[in-house]
Amino acid sequence: MNSIVCMKQVPDTEAQIRVKPDGSGIVDSDIKFVMNPYDEYGVEEALLLKEKFGGTVTIVCLGPERAVEAIRTGLAMGVDKAVHLDDPAFEGGDAFSTAKALAAAIKGMEYDLIFCGKQAIDDDLAQVGPALAEMLGIPQIVVVTKVEVSEDGKKAKVNRQIIGGEEIIEVPLPAVLTAQKGLNEPRYASLPGIMKAKKKEIKSVKIADLGLDPNAVGKAGAKTQILKMYSPPQRESGKIIEGETAEETASKLAKLLREEAKVI
Amino acid sequence: MAKGIWVFAEHSDGSVRKVTFEILSEARKIADKIGEELCAVIVGNQVEALADKCGPYGADKVYVVEHEMLNQYTTEGYTKALTDLVKQHQPSILLGGATVTGKDLFPRVAARLETGLAVDCTDIGLDDSNQFFVKRPMYAGKAYAEVGFSDATPKMASIRPNVLIPSPPDESRKAEVIKVAVEISPDDIKAKVVEVVKIAGEKLDLTEAEVIVSGGRGMKGQENFKILEELAEVLNATVGASRAAVDAGWKLQSEQVGQTGKVVSPNLYVACGISGAIQHFAGMGTSKYIVAINKDPEAVIFGKCDYGICDDLFKVVPKLTEEIKKLKKD
Repeated sequence: MNSIVCMKQVPDTEAQIRVKPDGSGIVDSDIKFVMNPYDEYGVEEALLLKEKFGGTVTIVCLGPERAVEAIRTGLAMGVDKAVHLDDPAFEGGDAFSTAKALAAAIKGMEYDLIFCGKQAIDDDLAQVGPALAEMLGIPQIVVVTKVEVSEDGKKAKVNRQIIGGEEIIEVPLPAVLTAQKGLNEPRYASLPGIMKAKKKEIKSVKIADLGLDPNAVGKAGAKTQILKMYSPPQRESGKIIEGETAEETASKLAKLLREEAKVI
Repeated sequence: MAKGIWVFAEHSDGSVRKVTFEILSEARKIADKIGEELCAVIVGNQVEALADKCGPYGADKVYVVEHEMLNQYTTEGYTKALTDLVKQHQPSILLGGATVTGKDLFPRVAARLETGLAVDCTDIGLDDSNQFFVKRPMYAGKAYAEVGFSDATPKMASIRPNVLIPSPPDESRKAEVIKVAVEISPDDIKAKVVEVVKIAGEKLDLTEAEVIVSGGRGMKGQENFKILEELAEVLNATVGASRAAVDAGWKLQSEQVGQTGKVVSPNLYVACGISGAIQHFAGMGTSKYIVAINKDPEAVIFGKCDYGICDDLFKVVPKLTEEIKKLKKD
């Protein structure tokens, strides 16, 4: 069972996001970057499958030099090797051009399953997984909470979250699965794991290695462009409702909701 | 040249979903400005009866794509149905809801059509030179972006439910209904749904709920959510939870609101025993009205809510349920 995990390095969920005054992007100098939390579930699931079936787990990561840190985290968790698409030509893309580069890198590799996070928590696109599946011509199942691979490793039974419940889907492999919280509990890297990770291979891949047209990837190949970014309007602090008893405050609140906010 | 604004009309349990009407209403304004027709597309099996619902919200035409293999949503079946039709008619813009289905279908459709897609948009419109653009949150709403499109068509966007406002339906408005055949063979659908498991008691999905009552660490235990359920009952609300409550095992992950849970924008969000961490706020900060009930006067949520009660939620919530019951009776 060979798995590929597409991984992205993103700002930590704790990070305060500040938009640059000219709206061209965010101020990232003081941000702590981590492995996308949903990708962690993908890494863990791939490792669990490796423990059961054997095979290898490979991280494929598109991102700048700093992303090596997140790749090392994955390697320390137990991932065997990594491919790092670290050419500036890949940068600044949208989901389409990013998936294009990932698909080109993955095409020559051997895989039964490809895991992506259900979305990256920076641009919140939730789009690269399905686009990658389309470009590779294989099925996708998104927002996955359970994976059971058949004994012969040829198909999987997968639970995916839908409104009010779950769908159980049977899919022949290979397939792309996007991981949702709840799929598993990602392990922490052990100290020996961290030591071993230092010796594991991170293959740097440039655009020439993939034989891609520079106009097809990154910013040049994007089908959407961010025109400008801005901060959401700050909410102002509202009324603190005072009263002697819970009954009094509750009654005042109910009236405000009806008469002022008109929401009930 | 590509022409026409299309809206993928989503339906479930025999009715068109509200988000479709929200999008049709806004798309109507764009269609009028650029002088293109507005079409709805309904995909399914025996769904023709739903076509009449789209005219009153502004659709000029409704394409009905029916096939028995489209009875249940599958990524591959619906992608084929929608992309085949788009290739044939070449609309300039294709819109749909950022729903469970839309989030699965639209990225696949966009990749097949090799076009641009902006997901989970909170607004759509035209710039000064009538170019289509959207606004969408990033970083779970900690920042927003205006997004434009390359020349590839259709320009695609999925729109978050509950943010666009549906126009009052004009029942005299009738859309032309066009039935379309699609060829789908069993081989086209590799990922097959074998079972659907409903979680009992789960009401309207959080992302589509107009009122949400949410509980956090201050709820102290699973059994205490009963008082939130009672409040939710009188408010016709869906119950949500903070990450702390989910991690404690009191609520399901599908009920979590926040950066690593669901991003919601209801009319009213009642946060009970929730301190209002940045990650939680990222998931509900666009709610129209936020109410906070928390006994900790230092809770950051009091700085960002519309109405706050600084008191024991176990006293306030049951009283609030009573008071709202009374008001609703009047």
